[in-house]
Amino acid sequence: MTNVFIVVISFLLLVTLVQLVRVGQLLGDIRKKDFNIVTESDNKRQSFLMLIVGLAFLASCVWQYFAWNPLLLPSASSEHGVIIDELMRFTMILIISVFFLLHLFLFYFLHKYKKSSEKHKAYYYTHNNKLEYIWTIVPAIILTGVILYGLNVWDRITNADTSEASVIEVYGKQFGWSARYPGEDQKLGSHDYKLVGGANALGIDIDDPNSLDDKVTRELHLVAGKPVLMKLRSQDIIHSAFMPHFRVQMNCVPGMTTQFVFTPTKTTKEMKMLEGDDFEYVLLCNKICGVAHYNMQMKVVVETQEEYDAWLLKQTTLSEKLLTQK
Amino acid sequence: MSDHHNETFLSKYIFSLDHKMIAKQFLITGMFMGVVGMLMSILFRLQLSNPGESFAVLEWFLGEKWAPDGVLDPNMYLALVTMHGTILIFWVLTAGLTGTFANFLIPLQIGARDMASGFINMLSYWFFFAATIVLLTSLFVETGPAAAGWTIYPPLSALPQAIPGSGLGQDLWLIAMTLFIVSSLLGGLNYIVTILNLRTKGMSMTRLPLVMWALFIVAILGVLSFPVLLSASLLLVFDRTFGTSFYLSDIVIAGEALHHTGGSPILFEHLFWFLGHPEVYIILLPALGIVSEVISVNSRKPIFGYKAMVISLMAIAFLSFIVWGHHMFITGMDPFLGSVFTFTTLLIAIPSAVKVFNYLATLWRGSIRFTPAMLFAIGFVSTFITGGLTGIVLGDSALDINVHDTYFVVGHFHIVMGLSAIYGMFAGVYHWFPKMYGKMMNKKLGYIHFWVTFISAYGVFFPMHFLGLAGLPRRYYSNTAFPMFEGLTNINEIITFFAIVGGIVQVLFIFNFFYSIFYGTKASKNPWGSTTLEWTTPIERIHGNWPGEIPTVRRWAYDYSKPGHDTDFVPQTEPLKEGEEEH
Repeated sequence: MTNVFIVVISFLLLVTLVQLVRVGQLLGDIRKKDFNIVTESDNKRQSFLMLIVGLAFLASCVWQYFAWNPLLLPSASSEHGVIIDELMRFTMILIISVFFLLHLFLFYFLHKYKKSSEKHKAYYYTHNNKLEYIWTIVPAIILTGVILYGLNVWDRITNADTSEASVIEVYGKQFGWSARYPGEDQKLGSHDYKLVGGANALGIDIDDPNSLDDKVTRELHLVAGKPVLMKLRSQDIIHSAFMPHFRVQMNCVPGMTTQFVFTPTKTTKEMKMLEGDDFEYVLLCNKICGVAHYNMQMKVVVETQEEYDAWLLKQTTLSEKLLTQK
Repeated sequence: MSDHHNETFLSKYIFSLDHKMIAKQFLITGMFMGVVGMLMSILFRLQLSNPGESFAVLEWFLGEKWAPDGVLDPNMYLALVTMHGTILIFWVLTAGLTGTFANFLIPLQIGARDMASGFINMLSYWFFFAATIVLLTSLFVETGPAAAGWTIYPPLSALPQAIPGSGLGQDLWLIAMTLFIVSSLLGGLNYIVTILNLRTKGMSMTRLPLVMWALFIVAILGVLSFPVLLSASLLLVFDRTFGTSFYLSDIVIAGEALHHTGGSPILFEHLFWFLGHPEVYIILLPALGIVSEVISVNSRKPIFGYKAMVISLMAIAFLSFIVWGHHMFITGMDPFLGSVFTFTTLLIAIPSAVKVFNYLATLWRGSIRFTPAMLFAIGFVSTFITGGLTGIVLGDSALDINVHDTYFVVGHFHIVMGLSAIYGMFAGVYHWFPKMYGKMMNKKLGYIHFWVTFISAYGVFFPMHFLGLAGLPRRYYSNTAFPMFEGLTNINEIITFFAIVGGIVQVLFIFNFFYSIFYGTKASKNPWGSTTLEWTTPIERIHGNWPGEIPTVRRWAYDYSKPGHDTDFVPQTEPLKEGEEEH
């Protein structure tokens, strides 16, 4: 019944539309003037609308900013995140100013220079080399600044000192994450994808002595203030380890190991004080990877060295896990 | 030419060799695909704003299997996202936009009887048509259409075990894309040859209208970049079917260790984006060209800085070949390469800024006439500014780390590439409709179409920046799995609301288009008072475009409101008066 109703209503709407259009055309015939040729009063109406809608659009952008600002990510919880945030603030201020400036010019010109009467004539003005040089060179200078600033930040992030960093492996597969800690020797054991299976979910070579004290966990625990060298691997397809609070993201690519160095700064407890009790750090997948992509996550905990040591002590080593089964 | 042969229905409408008819074929196929692609987006928007809720419309469109009890299946969600992207980017904004306006305008604006090869031109359309059929067929296969994203990154797209869409659906996708590339190359070569060789007397390259320059450069971009996608796809076909390991290495999936070793998925990304980034400009440049014409005609003023406009088009096109890596900052690519690509990417802002300033300078002291085409051209300038600026964030590798693949990207490219190009396409259709069909489109419906589209499009895509800055990844079936995204439901509801409104109002455009073809008021020969050659042809469609001699060009394309003339436009065919400077 509803379907019939929808069809009937659509049909009636179409008929109304046709009739309205025909009325317009007939009126045009009577006045001996094509109804579809734009008139001066059209120009006045449309340019006024342009100004109103344009300004309303700009106002709505401001509104969105204030209404939704609280929903955005809190300020960075990592050392390099802070400099990314600064660069972001600088870039945003720049582009938002240009956005408003250019749009105001656009809406103002459209309103000011509408063809409002038969007599209104345009000014024949083909080019002005000086002006064009200025508006090529000025953006070039500003962008040079943006590029240099950006590259400086990029360089500081990607060339970070790894000598002090503790290594942790993050391993992704459809549809979950695990982490591997190197144990007391501070060395991750080698791996081979052909060994994946059963309890050895990460394909670790247990004959490698470095593997014996490795610990595989379902949560990622980090120490505040201590640099981490994340090594990333994937079992099956490309995943992306994304930790928005730390401004960290790196793809996990099957067949190769990627890495990211960062230093978390705020513990989960501190963040709970700032952001509310239900706050948790999270590592999520940000590269389309299949049916449960939207729910591929791992809990991340940042804590003090003591808490971290206590937690790590409770985790079983690979030798306990794999060799006892043999 | 025209009076020699009798046209049958088949030779006039189906296997036509006439560039004007082929243009219309591209346009109408593109519009049809546009409707399909947009409907898909509305279907998955329903899931995003109301995750897990039941909608009769979903079950009606997708059936029991893909929307059981009216709830969208997550695999189908990914398939819809993939097909939406594929259709809009390639079928609508590449073939629909360039195919229409290159075919229609090139011979008319340069003063040629037809394309260099009418037959190749026809083939170009029919390859496109075949590609369309194959792509649409893939919607009906058992395992669903391709679902690995429009970028089809392997291994996801290579392994049917990873996602059902990577079965037969992905095969059909690759076949469709191959046919599409053939179509695009045939078309592109034809455009280049035609523009270089068939210009009428007096039509020097520096007298070409800007839309000709844009389409010429786009054709070159396409010819240079599409073959790379073809080879990337072929290697993918090899990996999928013949057990090679170009892109695959060390994979354990569904409990099985695959034999592939030594390949790299990153190789695919490089090859893909070597096309993929120029592709963005293949979409954007025709719109830039169309908008340049429309703004100049309707401001009754020469386009400001013609030379700078041409040079900036070339600069954008050249740069577009050396920026592809900005899609890959966080793939594990050498950070030094990241620096290089940041540098080249941000350089694009310079020619883009020149274009915007020149548009504003064209409007300055103009005598602006607000036709529906002009409104869409203005909409283009606005979205080009908005979307271009957020590109400065994304092109900066350090900033990209945290917004990569989030909704910030979705907002950015939909505004700068999606909306801009579609606005350019609408502007072109409204502007050249009288030339295409000899009829006028209804002005009032055009106005309503523009305003509702303009408002709802920003209503859809502007809020997405905030979703992205809140960290929300794209291609998530729902964001209910993460407490940190709970507050974002409101924004998603607003987006879906505007998507539906914006979708519905396109019905007005389609109605206006087809109604006007048959019942629109008759157009005069040159309804907008335009200087370019296409408006010197007769209103009736004839083979060969001009009944007598092809006109000779005697001035550039932008003599609007030139002092010393009675009318506010001087056609390109009119000789310079004694002592008159060209410009």
